[in-house]
Amino acid sequence: MSDKETGAAPLHSETPDLETEEPGQAPNVVASREPDEPVFTRVLREIMSGSALLTVLAIVLALVVAAVLIAATDSGVQAAAGYFFARPGDTFQAIWDSVSGAYVSLFQGSIWNFARPGFANQIKPLTETLTFATPLIVAGLGVALAFRVGLFNIGGRGQIIIAAAVSAWIAWSFPMPPVIAFLVATLGAIVGGALWGGIVGLLKARTGAHEVIITIMLNFVALQLVSYGLRTQGLLQAQGSNNPRSPADLPNAVYPDLSQLVTALGGPPTSYRVHVGFIIAILATLAVWYLFARSSTGFRFKAVGENPRAARTAGINVNAVYILAMLMAGGLVGLAGADQVLGNTTTGFSAGVDAGIGFDAITVALLGRSRPWGVFFSGLLFGALQAGGYTMQAAQQIPIDIVLVIQSVIVLFIAAPPLVRTVFRLPKPGSVPKGRRRPGRAIEGAAK
Amino acid sequence: MKLQLRGITKRFGALTANDHIDLIVESGEIHALLGENGAGKSTLMNVLYGLYQADEGEILLDDVVQHFSGPGDAMGAGIGMVHQHFMLVPVFTVAENVMLGHEPTKFGGRLDLAAARAQVREISSRFGFDVDPDALVEDLPVGVQQRVEIIKALSRDARVLVFDEPTAVLTPQETDELMAIMRQLKEAGTAIVFITHKLREVREVADRITVIRLGKVVGEAKPTASNTELASMMVGRSVDLAISKNPPKLGAEAFVVKDLSVVDAADQYVVSNVSFDVRAGEVLAIAGVQGNGQTELVEAILGLQSRVTGSITLDGVELVGKSVGGVLDAGVGFVPEDRTEDGLVAEFTIAENLMLDRSAGAPFVRRGALQLAALESFAEEKVREFDIRAQGVTTHVGRLSGGNQQKVVLARELSRELRLLVASQPTRGLDVGSIEFVHTRIVAARDSGIPVVVVSTELDEVVTLADRIAVMYRGSIVGIVPGDTSRDVLGLMMAGEKPEEAAA
Repeated sequence: MSDKETGAAPLHSETPDLETEEPGQAPNVVASREPDEPVFTRVLREIMSGSALLTVLAIVLALVVAAVLIAATDSGVQAAAGYFFARPGDTFQAIWDSVSGAYVSLFQGSIWNFARPGFANQIKPLTETLTFATPLIVAGLGVALAFRVGLFNIGGRGQIIIAAAVSAWIAWSFPMPPVIAFLVATLGAIVGGALWGGIVGLLKARTGAHEVIITIMLNFVALQLVSYGLRTQGLLQAQGSNNPRSPADLPNAVYPDLSQLVTALGGPPTSYRVHVGFIIAILATLAVWYLFARSSTGFRFKAVGENPRAARTAGINVNAVYILAMLMAGGLVGLAGADQVLGNTTTGFSAGVDAGIGFDAITVALLGRSRPWGVFFSGLLFGALQAGGYTMQAAQQIPIDIVLVIQSVIVLFIAAPPLVRTVFRLPKPGSVPKGRRRPGRAIEGAAK
Repeated sequence: MKLQLRGITKRFGALTANDHIDLIVESGEIHALLGENGAGKSTLMNVLYGLYQADEGEILLDDVVQHFSGPGDAMGAGIGMVHQHFMLVPVFTVAENVMLGHEPTKFGGRLDLAAARAQVREISSRFGFDVDPDALVEDLPVGVQQRVEIIKALSRDARVLVFDEPTAVLTPQETDELMAIMRQLKEAGTAIVFITHKLREVREVADRITVIRLGKVVGEAKPTASNTELASMMVGRSVDLAISKNPPKLGAEAFVVKDLSVVDAADQYVVSNVSFDVRAGEVLAIAGVQGNGQTELVEAILGLQSRVTGSITLDGVELVGKSVGGVLDAGVGFVPEDRTEDGLVAEFTIAENLMLDRSAGAPFVRRGALQLAALESFAEEKVREFDIRAQGVTTHVGRLSGGNQQKVVLARELSRELRLLVASQPTRGLDVGSIEFVHTRIVAARDSGIPVVVVSTELDEVVTLADRIAVMYRGSIVGIVPGDTSRDVLGLMMAGEKPEEAAA
């Protein structure tokens, strides 16, 4: 058994601490909690208990995996590999060219383009990253907030669609003075998203229905409802149009882009697309941070998320927490809807307004380990991957799908911390410092 | 078969769970392994059972060195284990459970259930167990389930049987029956290791007693040793087992429960027509074997049960129909029976847990914002006052020992303005030292002039704390008797006999 053990050693350090000795005490935790706990909750706990180091390592691993894919799909590499045994150097050169070319263009497209003249131009890719990141951050915050309360909010898509519809409707229907116009439209998005999320909280609290099912179903409801509106004159469809598309926003309701700010501050004229939504995203991150770090509401949220039974026993109204949390989560996700219709595409929206953000937000929240600033930075990372992905495709003919692969593989590794720990031979965090622990976990689990 | 452990050492990093432990168990002997929680008893047995590999030392059976890399090896060598938490599949029959893992098969891999049945019957009749091989395990009482575990071990020709805290789930009568079975097995030549922290049982049944403290053998004791002697060996200092308690200064009937019934999700009455009252300054202990409605009764008091009829009044205020928060605000302090599930948030710090049921309003919340400074100084004060052993108030509660976790719960509940204290299994899983502390605190709460309800399945605890004792059986109260009622009578009442009959 010894060689099997050493191979698996990093994987099973779940050996009980000495406290486990207590009869009816710690063994109860092992024996009763794990099977009772829904799989979602357990996975969630596992993901959120990961360390920041693990996140970074997961990203590194994902980049390595992607490098392999980039090299393997590169035509130059394939050609050179044909005569690998004659001149192996060519193959390695081709691999290096393709991989480094890809990652350099990824960098150029997302952070800093040294090939352009002037600082303001060189930094434009970074502003593109921020543009892409904005809706991901706010939607990620919404998903993360729900996670912290122990809820899986898969309903980002529906919440974004409803929020976008409400927001866009306000934006094209009601002429208002500058600033006020987009603030009101943003508020509309928050209300729309909160409504759609609140339904979930209400149903869960009242009927005990599982939020994953409800959110998924509400995604379809929202999509079809808005599609219907967009095909129907007098509802959401633009006047006299045959396309399932809404009218364009009134100019005052459009998020001003930050180029105007740069110019107002005396900077050179620029063409940044990043808009006020990004500032709102920073404010939202601060708000969520305050909620969890300093407010009693957030305290109750966390208590319910970590141990709903203890929360209930301590007099916390768990159902009220579920409803309030889903209202807030929906409102945050709704901000992404506002970004889409007031910032990114202001000429009218279609049913595809969500653009996959609702689901990417889940990934962003997981990657950020549901911490506000973690979500903020993972949103930036995903924004960078998107911005850089287009450059990569244009400059190196690398399919944009590779970017999706990187994103997915990152999450895969994040979701499987034992895998990353094994690859990098890390000890399991949180365990008492211990030497080599060697009992067979499977057997032990069975015997406990 | 003679079992010998020689110099067993098991380290977990810096922690030495077992430090050169020597133990000899002769066949036909009951050897009790006595020690506090965390002393290293279970680790030692897990080494013996092949779940852990010892870092040093060896295991000998009949003077032959053994190497176990898993429970399969240990079982094969003749070691059987009766776990505290039964390892049975509830929806299988007794025979199916017994054969699980080494199923006898006929041609083509078909299960030979008849052989398994015959084996169960044979072992049952040999020891007079009266177990039906075709009964579903989930329908059997706990005591019988335990016998199934024993049969399971014996069916694999176990010559060394390890009982890991076997009496935790049994009634006093079932415990007596288990003792009889253990004596029978001993007569038949089985070597028995009996792990426990209950002194009375050890003295009753053991031939030899080995006491373990902090991973080391601190000595052997004779079954004739007194409780106090054994306890001080276990703890390493003299222990006051019977805490001193003044006669109660009784006040008014402050807490009155009348005709209380609770219906569970399966439409069964789990508490039926329970009535009792507790006067200010009095401890009413609710005794009974686990699962006779005590949990639901307490949950009903706290407002955690939804289908409740009858009335619960505290100082004239009706509690039925109030939310949990409302009940707590009415001045009810609550120590839940399962502190890790219901009492604490393991991922929260000590300080956060101390404000868990005060997350609205003063002193820890002002206008929706946490008052972190106030919380920290409060937590530091409580950590000192309740002697909570931790690195600091920001230590996560999940990393504390059971005793310290319970102190956090007590500190939280007792530092509110209380009009009633309800403590459910307040010392479950705690070591002797912590038990002493918790009991002292509960008596102090009583002496402060509030009614106290203690729910416990441990007779020792009931007898120590109670001014009056209510015994529950199948959701009803069998009788309410004075605190000095004899254990025998209480035991019979716990099995459902009326106090008049029980006393006869």
